[in-house]
Amino acid sequence: MMTNHGNRLTQGQFSFLPELTDKQITAQIEYALSKNWALGVEYTDDPHPRNTYWEMYGNPMFDLKDASAILTEVNACRKTFPRHYIRVTAFDATQGVESVQMSYIVNRPKTEPGFGLTRQEIGGRQIQYTVHSYATDKPEGERY
Amino acid sequence: MTEDKQITDGKKRYSAGVLRYKQMGYWDPHYVPKETDLIAMFRMTPQEGVDSEECAAAVAGESSTATWTVVWTDRLTACDLYRAKAYRVDPVPNTGPGTKTEQQYFAYIAYDIDLFEGGSIANLTASIIGNVFGFKAVKALRLEDMRIPVAYLKTFQGPATGVVVERERLDKFGRPLLGATTKPKLGLSGRNYGRVVYEGLKGGLDFMKDDENINSQPFMHWRDRFLYCMEAVNKASAATGEVKGHYLNVTAGTMEEMYARAEFAKSLGSVIIMIDLVIGYTAIQSMALWARKNDMILHLHRAGNSTYSRQKNHGMNFRVICKWMRMAGVDHIHAGTVVGKLEGDPMMIRGFYDTLLDTHTPMQLEKGLFFEQDWASLNKVMPVASGGIHAGQMHQLLTYLGDDVVLQFGGGTIGHPQGIQAGATANRVALEAMVLARNEGRDIWNEGPQILQDAAKWCSPLKAAIDTWGDISFNYESTDTADFAVTPTASI
Repeated sequence: MMTNHGNRLTQGQFSFLPELTDKQITAQIEYALSKNWALGVEYTDDPHPRNTYWEMYGNPMFDLKDASAILTEVNACRKTFPRHYIRVTAFDATQGVESVQMSYIVNRPKTEPGFGLTRQEIGGRQIQYTVHSYATDKPEGERY
Repeated sequence: MTEDKQITDGKKRYSAGVLRYKQMGYWDPHYVPKETDLIAMFRMTPQEGVDSEECAAAVAGESSTATWTVVWTDRLTACDLYRAKAYRVDPVPNTGPGTKTEQQYFAYIAYDIDLFEGGSIANLTASIIGNVFGFKAVKALRLEDMRIPVAYLKTFQGPATGVVVERERLDKFGRPLLGATTKPKLGLSGRNYGRVVYEGLKGGLDFMKDDENINSQPFMHWRDRFLYCMEAVNKASAATGEVKGHYLNVTAGTMEEMYARAEFAKSLGSVIIMIDLVIGYTAIQSMALWARKNDMILHLHRAGNSTYSRQKNHGMNFRVICKWMRMAGVDHIHAGTVVGKLEGDPMMIRGFYDTLLDTHTPMQLEKGLFFEQDWASLNKVMPVASGGIHAGQMHQLLTYLGDDVVLQFGGGTIGHPQGIQAGATANRVALEAMVLARNEGRDIWNEGPQILQDAAKWCSPLKAAIDTWGDISFNYESTDTADFAVTPTASI
């Protein structure tokens, strides 16, 4: 079990808050749409902090401007992957950004075993550190 | 007045003796700056009896080609080109007779790009803020702003990492980053120091930080600090599943030693290192090159800047430091909090932040931005807000400073009554609650205290933070405010 605040993975913008309701998720989607950002839904069962590429639940929805329709996509992903981590990501194509502007978790497994820290003692007093996700000891799709 | 006119007859102009700077050609009210010119804007307080245009011409002269007397060797050069041209002088509003301040002037001076070596802040500053600040014709002189031409910007690397890539590397989007400076800043052993780092990061901060004067003192040598801090960083990363960092200050007495410390930080897997402004412009540029080559974020602490940036009549404005540091290539710079314990007028600070973050900054006199500035695709620098801020001010911080900022709560984390982790958690919860509310369209400026109270109902660390610091504020008058008249009294 994780021993940090909330006993949970704290990636994303709102992981220190109570689980977002559909209404709250919709409000955040509307905020992104008001900035002309494209929304995407991504899922994974490998929550390593440097696992950049979560699986895309379809391409970013560049042409979908309706928050409730986007929420429908979010919920479809949740239904398909109820025990995965799922995040909503907003992409900004503006010159000087061309990157992610929002990213928040909207689904997570019931239990989160967290990560171990592997220490490899090397020269002198130096240690080589590896953060290891306990869940990834099992194959993809069978982790939570 | 004939003695005010530029002397164009070669023989008269270059006959031995002393001329007024205007006669030598350093004042040209009809000059139209070229796209490729650097423009500097100075606040001048002329000595008694020196008229404003002559004073501006003198500043132009002494910061470019002039010396105190005529030299014939000018005629061997394209001296008309190399001579800086003062082309505009405006009286500063609310100075002079009838006010409590001596008469001051804003002087605009244009410099040809060939006066400067590409890619060298040292060379640029040796001209612009070199001898001229001690020059007798001016009682006081302050460099207020500069317009750097795109052609010159393109000779600089710029920020090693930049805001966009920093966020991608850290996997942190859509909110300010959170940090804290390890306290007490002096005296902790490496082991004790790492404890503070671990607690703060596990509690919810993204970064912990060395202070500017933490280098390698008898109580904690630098290698011990680096080793224990990286244990703390990695342990906190495993505890939370987030990328975490600690700004390891590599400031040292020589470049060789700084490189050695930076290499060690890299070998330990640190995502970020830190330097102090006092190491100097060239050293900063060298560290920026190193950081780009080694995938490292480069944090700059502005130690020392207030010795020359704070007083309004002499020195230089911090916005110029911001411009130079973006060119020099740092990724973070301390740029004010508005609400904290250190100097800062809200509009002035917004001007600093815009300078660090915009791709293109329009002229905005109310923010102290005297020039339009195209940033030529140089990366953005992340501003850092540090000094006397706490969770109870979150709505003000987010309103004033926006998302692209590192909010650093040192005392506001470590001084928490329930401990360091609780202090960090209070800050993170307050931040996330406020970003959520703002995005929902709530008026956080007015509803902020209520939003924090609501979050405090389910988050006891936040409640304790508000109970402890809720009423603390630092309301002192700023020494550095914008001087501009809504209708400029321009002398074109």
